[in-house]
Amino acid sequence: MTILPITEFAILPELEASRIVPRTAPRRKADIRTDASWVRRVVISIAVIFLGIFIVLPLVCVFALAFSKGVETYFAALRDPDTLAAVRLTLLVAAISVASNVGFGVVAAWAITKFEFRGKNLLITLIDLPFSVSPVIAGLVFILLFGLQGYFGPWLVAHGYKIIFALPGIALATIFVTFPFVIRELVPLMQQQGTEEEEAALSLGASGRRTFFWVTLPNVRWALLYGVLLCNARAMGEFGAVSVVSGHVRGETNTMPLHIEALYDGYQVAAAFAVASLLALLALVTLVLKIVLEARLAQE
Amino acid sequence: MSAATALFRHRRGVIPGFGITLGITLLWLSLIVLTPLAALFFKAAELPPDRFFAVVTSRRALHAFELSFGLSLAAAATNLFFGSAVVWALVRYRFPGRRILDAIVDVPFALPTAVAGIALAALYAETGWIGQLLTPLGIHVAYTPLGIFVALVFIGLPFVVRTVQPVLEDLDKELEDAAASLGASRWNTARRVVFPSVVPALLTGFALAFARAVGEYGSVIFIAGNLPNVSEIAPLLIVIRLQEFRYADATAIAVVMLVASFLLLFLVNTLQRWSERRTGMQP
Repeated sequence: MTILPITEFAILPELEASRIVPRTAPRRKADIRTDASWVRRVVISIAVIFLGIFIVLPLVCVFALAFSKGVETYFAALRDPDTLAAVRLTLLVAAISVASNVGFGVVAAWAITKFEFRGKNLLITLIDLPFSVSPVIAGLVFILLFGLQGYFGPWLVAHGYKIIFALPGIALATIFVTFPFVIRELVPLMQQQGTEEEEAALSLGASGRRTFFWVTLPNVRWALLYGVLLCNARAMGEFGAVSVVSGHVRGETNTMPLHIEALYDGYQVAAAFAVASLLALLALVTLVLKIVLEARLAQE
Repeated sequence: MSAATALFRHRRGVIPGFGITLGITLLWLSLIVLTPLAALFFKAAELPPDRFFAVVTSRRALHAFELSFGLSLAAAATNLFFGSAVVWALVRYRFPGRRILDAIVDVPFALPTAVAGIALAALYAETGWIGQLLTPLGIHVAYTPLGIFVALVFIGLPFVVRTVQPVLEDLDKELEDAAASLGASRWNTARRVVFPSVVPALLTGFALAFARAVGEYGSVIFIAGNLPNVSEIAPLLIVIRLQEFRYADATAIAVVMLVASFLLLFLVNTLQRWSERRTGMQP
Protein backbone atom coordinates (compact mmCIF):
# COMPACT_ATOMS: atom_id res chain seq x y z
CA MET A 1 0.00 0.00 0.00
CA THR A 2 2.92 2.30 0.69
CA ILE A 3 3.75 2.08 -2.98
CA LEU A 4 0.54 3.79 -4.02
CA PRO A 5 1.65 7.42 -3.63
CA ILE A 6 4.66 6.72 -5.82
CA THR A 7 2.51 5.49 -8.71
CA GLU A 8 0.25 8.50 -8.40
CA PHE A 9 3.27 10.72 -8.39
CA ALA A 10 4.51 9.05 -11.55
CA ILE A 11 1.24 9.85 -13.29
CA LEU A 12 1.24 13.48 -12.20
CA PRO A 13 3.08 14.93 -15.22
CA GLU A 14 0.50 13.34 -17.44
CA LEU A 15 -2.32 15.02 -15.51
CA GLU A 16 -0.49 18.32 -15.85
CA ALA A 17 -0.31 17.78 -19.58
CA SER A 18 -3.99 17.00 -19.88
CA ARG A 19 -4.80 20.30 -18.17
CA ILE A 20 -3.39 22.39 -21.00
CA VAL A 21 -5.43 20.47 -23.57
CA PRO A 22 -8.55 22.47 -24.68
CA ARG A 23 -11.60 21.71 -22.54
CA THR A 24 -13.39 20.04 -25.42
CA ALA A 25 -10.93 17.15 -25.33
CA PRO A 26 -12.37 14.26 -23.34
CA ARG A 27 -10.78 13.79 -19.95
CA ARG A 28 -9.20 10.38 -19.73
CA LYS A 29 -8.68 8.21 -16.69
CA ALA A 30 -5.35 8.73 -14.94
CA ASP A 31 -3.77 5.54 -16.32
CA ILE A 32 -5.21 4.01 -19.44
CA ARG A 33 -3.59 0.72 -18.56
CA THR A 34 -5.87 0.09 -15.58
CA ASP A 35 -7.75 -3.17 -16.03
CA ALA A 36 -11.31 -3.73 -14.88
CA SER A 37 -11.36 -4.62 -11.20
CA TRP A 38 -12.70 -8.13 -11.81
CA VAL A 39 -9.83 -8.86 -14.23
CA ARG A 40 -7.44 -7.62 -11.59
CA ARG A 41 -8.94 -9.85 -8.96
CA VAL A 42 -8.96 -12.94 -11.20
CA VAL A 43 -5.35 -12.51 -12.36
CA ILE A 44 -4.03 -11.85 -8.85
CA SER A 45 -5.99 -14.85 -7.52
CA ILE A 46 -4.59 -17.15 -10.22
CA ALA A 47 -1.05 -15.97 -9.46
CA VAL A 48 -1.43 -16.31 -5.69
CA ILE A 49 -3.13 -19.72 -5.80
CA PHE A 50 -0.68 -21.12 -8.35
CA LEU A 51 2.41 -19.95 -6.47
CA GLY A 52 0.82 -21.02 -3.18
CA ILE A 53 0.18 -24.60 -4.30
CA PHE A 54 3.26 -25.17 -6.41
CA ILE A 55 5.92 -23.30 -4.46
CA VAL A 56 4.90 -22.21 -0.96
CA LEU A 57 3.30 -25.52 0.03
CA PRO A 58 6.39 -27.66 -0.73
CA LEU A 59 8.55 -25.18 1.19
CA VAL A 60 6.24 -25.21 4.23
CA CYS A 61 6.01 -29.00 3.97
CA VAL A 62 9.80 -29.33 4.38
CA PHE A 63 9.77 -27.58 7.76
CA ALA A 64 6.53 -29.24 8.92
CA LEU A 65 7.83 -32.74 8.21
CA ALA A 66 11.25 -31.94 9.66
CA PHE A 67 9.60 -31.37 13.04
CA SER A 68 6.90 -34.06 12.60
CA LYS A 69 8.65 -36.46 15.01
CA GLY A 70 9.40 -33.73 17.53
CA VAL A 71 12.25 -31.34 18.22
CA GLU A 72 14.33 -34.12 19.82
CA THR A 73 14.37 -36.23 16.64
CA TYR A 74 15.10 -33.11 14.60
CA PHE A 75 18.25 -32.22 16.49
CA ALA A 76 19.28 -35.87 16.83
CA ALA A 77 19.19 -36.13 13.03
CA LEU A 78 21.34 -33.01 12.71
CA ARG A 79 23.86 -34.21 15.32
CA ASP A 80 24.28 -37.59 13.64
CA PRO A 81 27.96 -38.09 12.65
CA ASP A 82 26.97 -38.95 9.05
CA THR A 83 24.96 -35.72 8.80
CA LEU A 84 27.87 -33.69 10.17
CA ALA A 85 30.22 -35.36 7.70
CA ALA A 86 27.80 -34.50 4.88
CA VAL A 87 27.63 -30.87 6.03
CA ARG A 88 31.43 -30.66 6.14
CA LEU A 89 31.79 -32.18 2.67
CA THR A 90 29.12 -29.86 1.25
CA LEU A 91 30.81 -26.78 2.73
CA LEU A 92 34.19 -27.92 1.39
CA VAL A 93 32.88 -28.62 -2.12
CA ALA A 94 30.99 -25.30 -2.19
CA ALA A 95 34.12 -23.43 -1.07
CA ILE A 96 36.22 -25.08 -3.78
CA SER A 97 33.68 -24.39 -6.48
CA VAL A 98 33.06 -20.76 -5.41
CA ALA A 99 36.80 -20.04 -5.21
CA SER A 100 37.45 -21.60 -8.61
CA ASN A 101 34.56 -19.81 -10.29
CA VAL A 102 35.40 -16.43 -8.73
CA GLY A 103 38.97 -16.74 -9.97
CA PHE A 104 37.92 -17.83 -13.41
CA GLY A 105 35.00 -15.39 -13.55
CA VAL A 106 37.13 -12.33 -12.78
CA VAL A 107 39.90 -13.32 -15.19
CA ALA A 108 37.52 -14.25 -18.01
CA ALA A 109 35.37 -11.13 -17.48
CA TRP A 110 38.52 -9.00 -17.70
CA ALA A 111 39.49 -10.60 -21.02
CA ILE A 112 35.96 -10.36 -22.41
CA THR A 113 35.02 -6.84 -21.35
CA LYS A 114 38.30 -4.89 -21.53
CA PHE A 115 39.41 -6.03 -24.98
CA GLU A 116 37.95 -6.52 -28.42
CA PHE A 117 38.78 -9.77 -30.16
CA ARG A 118 37.29 -12.11 -32.73
CA GLY A 119 35.24 -15.05 -31.51
CA LYS A 120 34.14 -13.26 -28.35
CA ASN A 121 30.50 -14.25 -28.79
CA LEU A 122 31.49 -17.86 -29.36
CA LEU A 123 33.54 -17.75 -26.15
CA ILE A 124 30.56 -16.42 -24.19
CA THR A 125 28.33 -19.14 -25.65
CA LEU A 126 30.85 -21.84 -24.70
CA ILE A 127 31.10 -20.49 -21.13
CA ASP A 128 27.29 -20.68 -20.89
CA LEU A 129 27.19 -24.29 -22.16
CA PRO A 130 27.01 -25.99 -18.73
CA PHE A 131 23.63 -24.31 -18.20
CA SER A 132 22.10 -26.40 -20.96
CA VAL A 133 23.71 -29.69 -19.98
CA SER A 134 21.67 -32.06 -17.82
CA PRO A 135 23.30 -32.48 -14.38
CA VAL A 136 23.41 -36.23 -14.93
CA ILE A 137 25.42 -35.74 -18.12
CA ALA A 138 27.71 -33.32 -16.25
CA GLY A 139 28.56 -36.21 -13.93
CA LEU A 140 28.77 -38.77 -16.72
CA VAL A 141 31.44 -36.88 -18.69
CA PHE A 142 33.84 -37.03 -15.72
CA ILE A 143 33.26 -40.76 -15.36
CA LEU A 144 34.15 -41.16 -19.04
CA LEU A 145 37.39 -39.25 -18.41
CA PHE A 146 38.49 -40.42 -14.98
CA GLY A 147 36.42 -43.56 -14.20
CA LEU A 148 37.97 -47.02 -14.16
CA GLN A 149 36.95 -47.60 -17.79
CA GLY A 150 37.60 -43.95 -18.65
CA TYR A 151 40.28 -42.42 -20.87
CA PHE A 152 42.59 -41.55 -17.96
CA GLY A 153 41.28 -44.27 -15.60
CA PRO A 154 44.08 -46.84 -15.98
CA TRP A 155 46.79 -44.17 -15.59
CA LEU A 156 45.12 -42.77 -12.46
CA VAL A 157 44.83 -46.24 -10.91
CA ALA A 158 48.48 -47.04 -11.73
CA HIS A 159 49.61 -43.86 -9.98
CA GLY A 160 47.27 -44.22 -7.01
CA TYR A 161 45.03 -41.22 -7.72
CA LYS A 162 41.32 -41.40 -7.07
CA ILE A 163 39.04 -38.85 -8.71
CA ILE A 164 35.73 -40.59 -9.31
CA PHE A 165 33.83 -41.68 -6.17
CA ALA A 166 36.00 -39.24 -4.21
CA LEU A 167 36.28 -35.53 -3.39
CA PRO A 168 38.06 -34.43 -6.62
CA GLY A 169 35.26 -35.89 -8.77
CA ILE A 170 32.54 -34.28 -6.65
CA ALA A 171 34.38 -30.94 -6.81
CA LEU A 172 34.91 -31.19 -10.59
CA ALA A 173 31.26 -32.00 -11.27
CA THR A 174 30.16 -29.11 -9.04
CA ILE A 175 32.55 -26.66 -10.72
CA PHE A 176 31.16 -27.77 -14.07
CA VAL A 177 27.51 -27.14 -13.20
CA THR A 178 28.26 -23.78 -11.52
CA PHE A 179 30.74 -22.70 -14.20
CA PRO A 180 28.81 -19.73 -15.70
CA PHE A 181 27.35 -18.32 -12.46
CA VAL A 182 29.94 -15.69 -11.44
CA ILE A 183 31.04 -14.58 -14.89
CA ARG A 184 27.42 -14.08 -15.97
CA GLU A 185 26.96 -11.40 -13.32
CA LEU A 186 30.30 -9.70 -14.03
CA VAL A 187 30.30 -9.40 -17.82
CA PRO A 188 27.18 -7.22 -18.35
CA LEU A 189 28.20 -4.81 -15.58
CA MET A 190 31.84 -4.51 -16.66
CA GLN A 191 30.75 -4.04 -20.26
CA GLN A 192 28.51 -1.20 -19.18
CA GLN A 193 31.24 0.41 -17.07
CA GLY A 194 33.69 0.43 -19.95
CA THR A 195 37.41 1.02 -19.56
CA GLU A 196 37.67 4.75 -18.80
CA GLU A 197 38.30 4.49 -15.08
CA GLU A 198 41.01 1.88 -15.59
CA GLU A 199 42.62 4.04 -18.27
CA ALA A 200 42.61 7.03 -15.93
CA ALA A 201 44.30 5.01 -13.19
CA LEU A 202 46.87 3.56 -15.58
CA SER A 203 47.66 6.93 -17.13
CA LEU A 204 48.26 8.32 -13.63
CA GLY A 205 50.93 5.69 -13.20
CA ALA A 206 49.14 2.90 -11.31
CA SER A 207 50.28 -0.62 -12.09
CA GLY A 208 47.91 -3.08 -13.75
CA ARG A 209 47.48 -5.03 -10.54
CA ARG A 210 46.87 -1.88 -8.46
CA THR A 211 44.33 -0.70 -11.04
CA PHE A 212 42.50 -3.99 -10.83
CA PHE A 213 42.32 -4.13 -7.02
CA TRP A 214 41.60 -0.42 -6.44
CA VAL A 215 39.47 0.49 -9.43
CA THR A 216 37.88 -2.53 -11.12
CA LEU A 217 37.19 -4.71 -8.11
CA PRO A 218 35.40 -2.02 -6.02
CA ASN A 219 33.28 -1.21 -9.07
CA VAL A 220 32.02 -4.75 -9.45
CA ARG A 221 31.98 -5.88 -5.82
CA TRP A 222 28.19 -6.22 -5.50
CA ALA A 223 27.84 -8.06 -8.80
CA LEU A 224 30.67 -10.34 -7.73
CA LEU A 225 28.96 -11.04 -4.40
CA TYR A 226 25.71 -11.69 -6.25
CA GLY A 227 27.44 -14.26 -8.46
CA VAL A 228 29.07 -15.87 -5.42
CA LEU A 229 25.68 -16.10 -3.72
CA LEU A 230 24.03 -17.89 -6.66
CA CYS A 231 27.08 -20.08 -7.27
CA ASN A 232 27.19 -21.11 -3.61
CA ALA A 233 23.47 -21.96 -3.49
CA ARG A 234 23.75 -24.15 -6.55
CA ALA A 235 27.00 -25.78 -5.38
CA MET A 236 25.55 -26.73 -2.00
CA GLY A 237 22.33 -28.04 -3.49
CA GLU A 238 23.66 -29.84 -6.56
CA PHE A 239 22.27 -33.36 -6.72
CA GLY A 240 22.30 -35.00 -10.17
CA ALA A 241 25.91 -34.38 -11.20
CA VAL A 242 27.30 -35.16 -7.75
CA SER A 243 25.11 -38.24 -7.41
CA VAL A 244 26.71 -39.79 -10.51
CA VAL A 245 30.33 -39.28 -9.40
CA SER A 246 30.02 -39.65 -5.64
CA GLY A 247 29.93 -43.38 -4.91
CA HIS A 248 27.41 -42.78 -2.10
CA VAL A 249 29.50 -43.81 0.89
CA ARG A 250 27.74 -42.57 4.01
CA GLY A 251 29.87 -40.32 6.12
CA GLU A 252 32.50 -40.11 3.39
CA THR A 253 31.36 -39.14 -0.09
CA ASN A 254 27.75 -38.14 0.59
CA THR A 255 27.07 -34.42 0.32
CA MET A 256 23.97 -33.04 2.06
CA PRO A 257 21.58 -33.64 -0.88
CA LEU A 258 22.91 -37.19 -1.24
CA HIS A 259 22.60 -37.77 2.49
CA ILE A 260 18.99 -36.60 2.29
CA GLU A 261 18.38 -39.16 -0.45
CA ALA A 262 19.99 -41.94 1.59
CA LEU A 263 17.89 -41.12 4.66
CA TYR A 264 14.71 -40.81 2.60
CA ASP A 265 15.27 -44.11 0.81
CA GLY A 266 16.03 -45.72 4.18
CA TYR A 267 12.59 -44.67 5.45
CA GLN A 268 14.06 -42.15 7.90
CA VAL A 269 11.69 -39.54 6.53
CA ALA A 270 11.77 -37.12 9.48
CA ALA A 271 15.57 -37.21 9.54
CA ALA A 272 15.69 -36.65 5.76
CA PHE A 273 13.47 -33.59 6.12
CA ALA A 274 15.52 -32.35 9.09
CA VAL A 275 18.63 -32.23 6.90
CA ALA A 276 16.52 -30.87 4.04
CA SER A 277 15.33 -28.05 6.29
CA LEU A 278 18.94 -26.84 6.57
CA LEU A 279 19.18 -26.58 2.80
CA ALA A 280 15.74 -24.96 2.61
CA LEU A 281 16.92 -22.42 5.17
CA LEU A 282 19.99 -21.79 3.03
CA ALA A 283 17.67 -21.18 0.06
CA LEU A 284 15.61 -18.66 2.04
CA VAL A 285 18.70 -16.82 3.29
CA THR A 286 20.02 -16.79 -0.29
CA LEU A 287 16.79 -15.22 -1.52
CA VAL A 288 16.83 -12.51 1.16
CA LEU A 289 20.48 -11.66 0.43
CA LYS A 290 19.66 -11.68 -3.27
CA ILE A 291 16.98 -9.03 -2.76
CA VAL A 292 19.39 -6.92 -0.65
CA LEU A 293 22.12 -7.20 -3.29
CA GLU A 294 19.71 -6.42 -6.12
CA ALA A 295 18.74 -3.20 -4.31
CA ARG A 296 22.45 -2.36 -3.98
CA LEU A 297 23.07 -3.07 -7.65
CA ALA A 298 20.11 -0.94 -8.69
CA GLN A 299 21.46 1.93 -6.58
CA GLU A 300 24.79 1.98 -8.37
CA MET B 1 43.66 8.20 -39.89
CA SER B 2 41.27 10.39 -37.95
CA ALA B 3 41.88 11.48 -34.39
CA ALA B 4 39.06 9.27 -33.15
CA THR B 5 40.56 6.05 -34.52
CA ALA B 6 43.94 7.05 -33.22
CA LEU B 7 42.45 7.50 -29.77
CA PHE B 8 40.67 4.15 -30.05
CA ARG B 9 43.87 2.40 -31.01
CA HIS B 10 45.61 4.03 -28.09
CA ARG B 11 42.89 3.01 -25.68
CA ARG B 12 43.15 -0.59 -26.72
CA GLY B 13 46.82 -0.59 -25.92
CA VAL B 14 46.63 0.89 -22.43
CA ILE B 15 44.92 -1.88 -20.52
CA PRO B 16 47.28 -4.71 -19.66
CA GLY B 17 46.81 -8.44 -19.36
CA PHE B 18 45.04 -9.42 -22.57
CA GLY B 19 47.23 -12.40 -23.38
CA ILE B 20 47.39 -13.84 -19.89
CA THR B 21 43.69 -13.44 -19.03
CA LEU B 22 42.46 -14.81 -22.36
CA GLY B 23 44.98 -17.65 -22.10
CA ILE B 24 43.82 -18.64 -18.61
CA THR B 25 40.18 -18.36 -19.70
CA LEU B 26 40.65 -20.65 -22.68
CA LEU B 27 42.74 -23.14 -20.70
CA TRP B 28 40.29 -23.42 -17.80
CA LEU B 29 37.29 -23.54 -20.14
CA SER B 30 38.94 -26.37 -22.10
CA LEU B 31 39.85 -28.32 -18.98
CA ILE B 32 36.53 -28.08 -17.15
CA VAL B 33 33.93 -27.88 -19.92
CA LEU B 34 35.19 -28.61 -23.42
CA THR B 35 37.39 -31.68 -22.82
CA PRO B 36 34.75 -33.50 -20.75
CA LEU B 37 32.03 -32.76 -23.30
CA ALA B 38 34.36 -33.84 -26.12
CA ALA B 39 34.99 -37.09 -24.23
CA LEU B 40 31.28 -37.79 -24.42
CA PHE B 41 31.28 -37.48 -28.20
CA PHE B 42 34.51 -39.48 -28.55
CA LYS B 43 33.03 -42.27 -26.48
CA ALA B 44 29.85 -42.25 -28.57
CA ALA B 45 31.91 -42.31 -31.77
CA GLU B 46 33.62 -45.48 -30.56
CA LEU B 47 30.26 -47.26 -30.68
CA PRO B 48 29.44 -48.97 -33.98
CA PRO B 49 26.60 -46.96 -35.61
CA ASP B 50 24.14 -49.86 -35.57
CA ARG B 51 24.82 -50.43 -31.86
CA PHE B 52 24.31 -46.72 -31.15
CA PHE B 53 21.08 -46.79 -33.11
CA ALA B 54 19.88 -49.95 -31.36
CA VAL B 55 20.49 -48.37 -27.93
CA VAL B 56 18.73 -45.07 -28.57
CA THR B 57 15.76 -46.72 -30.33
CA SER B 58 15.26 -49.49 -27.78
CA ARG B 59 11.75 -49.58 -26.35
CA ARG B 60 12.91 -48.46 -22.93
CA ALA B 61 15.01 -45.56 -24.28
CA LEU B 62 12.29 -44.40 -26.65
CA HIS B 63 9.80 -44.42 -23.83
CA ALA B 64 12.16 -42.46 -21.60
CA PHE B 65 12.70 -39.83 -24.33
CA GLU B 66 8.99 -39.59 -25.02
CA LEU B 67 8.26 -39.16 -21.33
CA SER B 68 11.03 -36.59 -20.74
CA PHE B 69 10.30 -34.48 -23.81
CA GLY B 70 6.51 -34.84 -23.69
CA LEU B 71 6.13 -33.96 -20.02
CA SER B 72 8.69 -31.15 -20.30
CA LEU B 73 6.64 -29.68 -23.13
CA ALA B 74 3.44 -29.96 -21.08
CA ALA B 75 5.11 -28.46 -18.01
CA ALA B 76 6.62 -25.58 -19.99
CA ALA B 77 3.20 -24.85 -21.56
CA THR B 78 1.60 -24.84 -18.11
CA ASN B 79 4.28 -22.46 -16.88
CA LEU B 80 3.71 -20.26 -19.91
CA PHE B 81 0.05 -19.84 -18.97
CA PHE B 82 0.35 -19.45 -15.19
CA GLY B 83 3.68 -17.66 -15.48
CA SER B 84 2.02 -15.03 -17.67
CA ALA B 85 -0.66 -14.48 -15.02
CA VAL B 86 2.06 -14.13 -12.39
CA VAL B 87 4.03 -11.65 -14.53
CA TRP B 88 0.92 -9.59 -15.29
CA ALA B 89 -0.01 -9.44 -11.60
CA LEU B 90 3.54 -8.51 -10.56
CA VAL B 91 4.12 -5.85 -13.20
CA ARG B 92 0.72 -4.25 -13.69
CA TYR B 93 -0.93 -4.35 -10.29
CA ARG B 94 -0.05 -3.00 -6.89
CA PHE B 95 -1.41 -5.14 -4.06
CA PRO B 96 -0.36 -6.06 -0.53
CA GLY B 97 2.23 -8.84 -0.57
CA ARG B 98 3.35 -8.17 -4.13
CA ARG B 99 7.02 -7.97 -3.16
CA ILE B 100 6.78 -11.29 -1.31
CA LEU B 101 5.07 -12.91 -4.30
CA ASP B 102 7.89 -11.59 -6.46
CA ALA B 103 10.50 -13.13 -4.16
CA ILE B 104 8.65 -16.47 -4.01
CA VAL B 105 9.06 -16.90 -7.77
CA ASP B 106 12.80 -17.48 -7.25
CA VAL B 107 12.36 -20.31 -4.75
CA PRO B 108 12.75 -23.09 -7.37
CA PHE B 109 16.08 -21.50 -8.42
CA ALA B 110 17.35 -21.47 -4.85
CA LEU B 111 15.86 -24.62 -3.36
CA PRO B 112 18.06 -27.69 -3.97
CA THR B 113 16.34 -30.12 -6.31
CA ALA B 114 16.56 -33.05 -3.88
CA VAL B 115 14.75 -31.00 -1.22
CA ALA B 116 12.04 -30.04 -3.70
CA GLY B 117 11.84 -33.69 -4.76
CA ILE B 118 11.19 -35.19 -1.34
CA ALA B 119 8.81 -32.32 -0.43
CA LEU B 120 6.72 -32.84 -3.56
CA ALA B 121 6.70 -36.61 -3.08
CA ALA B 122 5.50 -36.17 0.51
CA LEU B 123 2.84 -33.62 -0.49
CA TYR B 124 1.34 -35.71 -3.27
CA ALA B 125 1.64 -39.16 -1.64
CA GLU B 126 -1.73 -40.71 -0.74
CA THR B 127 -1.41 -39.55 2.86
CA GLY B 128 0.14 -36.19 1.98
CA TRP B 129 -1.52 -32.78 2.33
CA ILE B 130 -2.54 -32.61 -1.32
CA GLY B 131 -2.57 -36.34 -2.02
CA GLN B 132 -5.30 -37.07 0.52
CA LEU B 133 -7.56 -34.54 -1.21
CA LEU B 134 -6.91 -35.97 -4.68
CA THR B 135 -6.98 -39.69 -3.88
CA PRO B 136 -10.78 -39.82 -3.20
CA LEU B 137 -11.24 -38.22 -6.64
CA GLY B 138 -9.28 -41.08 -8.19
CA ILE B 139 -6.34 -38.82 -9.06
CA HIS B 140 -2.94 -40.29 -8.26
CA VAL B 141 -0.04 -37.91 -8.64
CA ALA B 142 2.88 -39.38 -6.70
CA TYR B 143 4.69 -42.28 -8.41
CA THR B 144 2.93 -41.65 -11.73
CA PRO B 145 3.87 -39.54 -14.80
CA LEU B 146 1.57 -36.85 -13.36
CA GLY B 147 4.00 -36.54 -10.46
CA ILE B 148 6.86 -35.94 -12.89
CA PHE B 149 4.76 -33.20 -14.50
CA VAL B 150 4.21 -31.50 -11.12
CA ALA B 151 7.96 -31.52 -10.40
CA LEU B 152 8.77 -30.11 -13.84
CA VAL B 153 6.21 -27.31 -13.39
CA PHE B 154 7.87 -26.46 -10.08
CA ILE B 155 11.40 -26.13 -11.46
CA GLY B 156 10.40 -24.39 -14.71
CA LEU B 157 8.28 -21.53 -13.40
CA PRO B 158 11.01 -18.94 -12.68
CA PHE B 159 12.40 -19.27 -16.21
CA VAL B 160 9.16 -18.02 -17.77
CA VAL B 161 8.50 -15.31 -15.17
CA ARG B 162 12.05 -13.90 -15.07
CA THR B 163 12.29 -13.81 -18.87
CA VAL B 164 8.97 -12.10 -19.53
CA GLN B 165 8.86 -9.76 -16.50
CA PRO B 166 11.59 -7.29 -17.58
CA VAL B 167 10.17 -7.07 -21.11
CA LEU B 168 6.66 -6.24 -19.87
CA GLU B 169 8.13 -3.72 -17.42
CA ASP B 170 10.01 -1.95 -20.22
CA LEU B 171 7.08 -1.99 -22.60
CA ASP B 172 6.42 1.49 -23.91
CA LYS B 173 3.39 2.86 -22.12
CA GLU B 174 2.61 5.22 -24.99
CA LEU B 175 1.84 2.36 -27.37
CA GLU B 176 -1.00 1.24 -25.14
CA ASP B 177 -2.18 4.81 -24.61
CA ALA B 178 -2.21 5.32 -28.36
CA ALA B 179 -4.21 2.14 -28.96
CA ALA B 180 -6.69 3.12 -26.26
CA SER B 181 -7.04 6.68 -27.48
CA LEU B 182 -7.74 5.37 -30.97
CA GLY B 183 -10.68 3.52 -29.48
CA ALA B 184 -9.32 0.02 -29.00
CA SER B 185 -10.92 -1.88 -26.14
CA ARG B 186 -8.76 -2.99 -23.24
CA TRP B 187 -8.87 -6.61 -24.50
CA ASN B 188 -7.95 -5.63 -28.03
CA THR B 189 -5.07 -3.50 -26.76
CA ALA B 190 -3.75 -6.41 -24.72
CA ARG B 191 -4.15 -8.84 -27.59
CA ARG B 192 -2.84 -6.74 -30.48
CA VAL B 193 -0.38 -4.37 -28.82
CA VAL B 194 0.96 -5.93 -25.62
CA PHE B 195 0.95 -9.60 -26.64
CA PRO B 196 2.97 -9.24 -29.88
CA SER B 197 5.63 -7.24 -28.00
CA VAL B 198 6.17 -9.96 -25.42
CA VAL B 199 5.93 -12.95 -27.79
CA PRO B 200 9.72 -13.34 -28.18
CA ALA B 201 10.15 -13.24 -24.39
CA LEU B 202 7.32 -15.74 -23.91
CA LEU B 203 8.90 -18.11 -26.42
CA THR B 204 12.35 -17.70 -24.85
CA GLY B 205 10.96 -18.38 -21.38
CA PHE B 206 9.10 -21.40 -22.71
CA ALA B 207 12.24 -22.79 -24.37
CA LEU B 208 14.35 -22.20 -21.23
CA ALA B 209 11.78 -23.92 -18.99
CA PHE B 210 11.56 -26.78 -21.49
CA ALA B 211 15.35 -27.18 -21.72
CA ARG B 212 15.70 -27.20 -17.96
CA ALA B 213 12.88 -29.74 -17.56
CA VAL B 214 14.31 -32.18 -20.12
CA GLY B 215 17.54 -32.57 -18.17
CA GLU B 216 16.02 -32.39 -14.69
CA TYR B 217 16.82 -35.26 -12.35
CA GLY B 218 16.82 -34.43 -8.63
CA SER B 219 13.32 -33.09 -8.16
CA VAL B 220 11.78 -35.78 -10.39
CA ILE B 221 13.15 -39.12 -9.20
CA PHE B 222 11.57 -38.98 -5.74
CA ILE B 223 8.03 -38.42 -7.00
CA ALA B 224 8.27 -40.38 -10.26
CA GLY B 225 8.01 -44.01 -9.13
CA ASN B 226 10.68 -44.77 -11.74
CA LEU B 227 8.99 -47.77 -13.38
CA PRO B 228 10.69 -48.72 -16.69
CA ASN B 229 8.45 -47.90 -19.68
CA VAL B 230 5.99 -46.08 -17.39
CA SER B 231 7.57 -43.35 -15.31
CA GLU B 232 11.28 -43.54 -16.08
CA ILE B 233 12.79 -40.29 -17.40
CA ALA B 234 15.79 -40.21 -19.75
CA PRO B 235 18.32 -38.81 -17.20
CA LEU B 236 17.37 -41.63 -14.82
CA LEU B 237 17.95 -44.21 -17.55
CA ILE B 238 21.46 -42.78 -17.98
CA VAL B 239 22.10 -43.19 -14.25
CA ILE B 240 20.76 -46.77 -14.29
CA ARG B 241 23.00 -47.72 -17.23
CA LEU B 242 25.97 -46.21 -15.39
CA GLN B 243 25.19 -48.25 -12.29
CA GLU B 244 25.14 -51.36 -14.49
CA PHE B 245 28.55 -50.27 -15.87
CA ARG B 246 27.03 -50.10 -19.36
CA TYR B 247 28.92 -46.86 -20.09
CA ALA B 248 28.50 -47.05 -23.85
CA ASP B 249 24.70 -47.26 -23.55
CA ALA B 250 24.63 -44.39 -21.06
CA THR B 251 26.79 -42.33 -23.41
CA ALA B 252 24.55 -42.97 -26.42
CA ILE B 253 21.45 -41.79 -24.55
CA ALA B 254 23.36 -38.81 -23.18
CA VAL B 255 24.51 -37.76 -26.66
CA VAL B 256 20.92 -37.70 -27.93
CA MET B 257 19.88 -35.53 -24.98
CA LEU B 258 22.88 -33.25 -25.29
CA VAL B 259 22.32 -32.65 -29.00
CA ALA B 260 18.67 -31.88 -28.24
CA SER B 261 19.69 -29.34 -25.57
CA PHE B 262 22.23 -27.71 -27.89
CA LEU B 263 19.56 -27.32 -30.54
CA LEU B 264 17.34 -25.74 -27.88
CA LEU B 265 20.15 -23.41 -26.82
CA PHE B 266 20.62 -22.37 -30.43
CA LEU B 267 16.86 -21.73 -30.68
CA VAL B 268 16.92 -19.63 -27.50
CA ASN B 269 19.83 -17.55 -28.81
CA THR B 270 18.05 -16.97 -32.12
CA LEU B 271 14.89 -15.97 -30.26
CA GLN B 272 16.82 -13.55 -28.09
CA ARG B 273 18.44 -11.89 -31.09
CA TRP B 274 15.03 -11.62 -32.73
CA SER B 275 13.64 -10.16 -29.51
CA GLU B 276 16.45 -7.59 -29.27
CA ARG B 277 15.90 -6.52 -32.85
CA ARG B 278 12.20 -6.09 -32.23
CA THR B 279 12.52 -4.15 -29.01
CA GLY B 280 15.35 -2.16 -30.54
CA MET B 281 13.04 -1.05 -33.33
CA GLN B 282 10.45 0.30 -30.97
CA PRO B 283 10.48 4.08 -30.50
